[in-house]
Amino acid sequence: MLQMKHLSKVYRTHMVETHALRDFSIHVRDGEFVAVTGPSGSGKTTFLNIAGLLEEFSGGEYWLDGVDVRGMDDNARSKLRNEKIGFIFQSFNLIPDLNIFDNVDVPLRYRGYAGAERKRRIDEALTRVGLASRMKHYPSELSGGQQQRVAIARALAGSPRLLMADEPTGNLDSLMARGVMELLEDINRQGTTIIMVTHDPELAARAQRNVHVIDGQVTDFDEEPKLRVPTRDGNPAAATA
Amino acid sequence: MFAYYLELGLRSLKRNPVLTALMVLGIALGIAASMTTLTVMYLMGSDPIPWKSSKLHYVQLDNWSAEQPYYDDGRPPDQVTYRDATALMEAGKADKQAAMFKMSLPVQPENREVKPFQSLGRVTYADFFAMFEPPFAYGAAWNHDQDAAHARVIVLGKDMNEKLFGGQNSVGKSVRMDGNDYTVVGVIGDWKLRSRYYDLTNGAFDDADEFFMPYTTAIDLKHHGTGNNSCWKSSGDGWDAYLQSDCVWQQMWVELDSPARLAEYKSFLDSYVNEQKKLGRFPRPLNNRLLDVNQWMKDQKVVSRDVEVQTGLGFAFLAVCLVNTIGLLLAKFTRKAGEIGLRRALGASRRNVFAQYMIESGVVGLTGGALGLVLTGLGLVAVRLLYTEYKSVAQLDWTMVTMTIGLALVSALLAGLYPTWRACQVAPAAQLKTQ
Repeated sequence: MLQMKHLSKVYRTHMVETHALRDFSIHVRDGEFVAVTGPSGSGKTTFLNIAGLLEEFSGGEYWLDGVDVRGMDDNARSKLRNEKIGFIFQSFNLIPDLNIFDNVDVPLRYRGYAGAERKRRIDEALTRVGLASRMKHYPSELSGGQQQRVAIARALAGSPRLLMADEPTGNLDSLMARGVMELLEDINRQGTTIIMVTHDPELAARAQRNVHVIDGQVTDFDEEPKLRVPTRDGNPAAATA
Repeated sequence: MFAYYLELGLRSLKRNPVLTALMVLGIALGIAASMTTLTVMYLMGSDPIPWKSSKLHYVQLDNWSAEQPYYDDGRPPDQVTYRDATALMEAGKADKQAAMFKMSLPVQPENREVKPFQSLGRVTYADFFAMFEPPFAYGAAWNHDQDAAHARVIVLGKDMNEKLFGGQNSVGKSVRMDGNDYTVVGVIGDWKLRSRYYDLTNGAFDDADEFFMPYTTAIDLKHHGTGNNSCWKSSGDGWDAYLQSDCVWQQMWVELDSPARLAEYKSFLDSYVNEQKKLGRFPRPLNNRLLDVNQWMKDQKVVSRDVEVQTGLGFAFLAVCLVNTIGLLLAKFTRKAGEIGLRRALGASRRNVFAQYMIESGVVGLTGGALGLVLTGLGLVAVRLLYTEYKSVAQLDWTMVTMTIGLALVSALLAGLYPTWRACQVAPAAQLKTQ
């Protein structure tokens, strides 16, 4: 699903060169649920941004679902991001002016689906997260847990192959966090690959595989997934990092 | 996607009504200032008779002093002498021709309820009506035979017919002017003249002529012109000496149906002046000119320098308003950096973001244009009230309405260009983390 080889990311200013990632290699197989852990500033969010095609990298190789993303122009990257990746953020990132239906609609608009197809997908995604009855509500009218569910519905509506979650329960109380985690696990069981960045060791323990990042490098990883789950191609998932 | 972006644009503008109102008002004021002045300038300078302006030519003959040209730049006098006007009329070498001059006469109405008044009109030939095509409400122009017969006939302008006959058909009725009776043969209807282009030497934007009278009749009755009169030597004593003098006080127009006819007429004018030189007139080198309507308007600077400066200032004000709009749009789009970053993460390309925010700018422009149109209308009403001489040109036509909306749209898109470009540069990753 995702493979990075000797990837590096350097931020340059007039005075300083900061290596956010160095010689970073990871291979995430189709259908895996991988937790990326590490202290603040270790480079895990930079990894997520590069993996999500939100940032460019300085060197190395990156293949996403068989596509070499090096040198892609903005249009091609945006299209690939829209088709392959769903994002879930710590602070939900819903657009306050839009109701729930329209928020979930945003990525579908850029996909170019017709109205009926968009409606079908939005209904399906909101039903899946248990918020079909709240379509006309605005984000401010929902609890934090419900807002994160809307964000998950938005990420799912386009049927992405890969879900990227950056501290998805960071702004939620433990009860809501548990609900969101159960939902992510359910989504993963349906075959969607998930990469989750988290500080929380308890959440990380629920992923099939953990990757630990320090100073922009992978320092520790599980050789094999804790659970073997069937993938879309029917083969058991295995991972190396 | 256009409908989606339009919907987002409208939603965004509704969300910040004060900011939106400031932007719309800024564009509207700028548009109103520039379009009010531009409309006046455009209509002042626009072709008054586009279907035949290239056929109508104004005749200029240089009969001026050998010592000093009429104009320092060597252009010939703006008008011709009686002697030359009548000679050219008698020669009849053009397809149509009309000498003319401005004249003022007292009118003694038959209706005792209407007080006598001084009227301003035009003395000319029958061809004037075929050449300049005023619309007739009643009757028609007099004919060539009546020119030749020095007939006591008159064509009334709309206002004078209204004053004397209450706007009724007055053909066949009599009008007493300066002690003589004239029979009405025609009444001009609603003649929408932007400028009185056939007599630019006597005020391009003066009121329409109140009456038209045969040239031959007016000369018979020794009616002096009341327009400009220029002489480079004494006009002598008495009426006959004045008619034979080198004073210029008449306008001469000819209609020439083809370039070949124009060349022929030019050649005829040169021959005529050469003949006159043999008689001791025309001491200057040959300097005859035949300018068509638009050339003549340009030569006479119908669009004055003042109007051009005012229009320039109007557009400078629009530029200031646009800079203000750029600032407001920049503030608005900068505040939306988080949403832009999110949309980018969800699949929007820079091109999508560019289209969305340019359409939002366009919505501001169209709204500003609509309000600007209303303000332009009010501005033109003010121009008509303050400068009565511009009342015929301070009007909106469809061209200017379209131009107003178009200018507003283009202005807003230009104003939106830099803020939108900045919006496209938003780094999604940075924004998503700081949300």
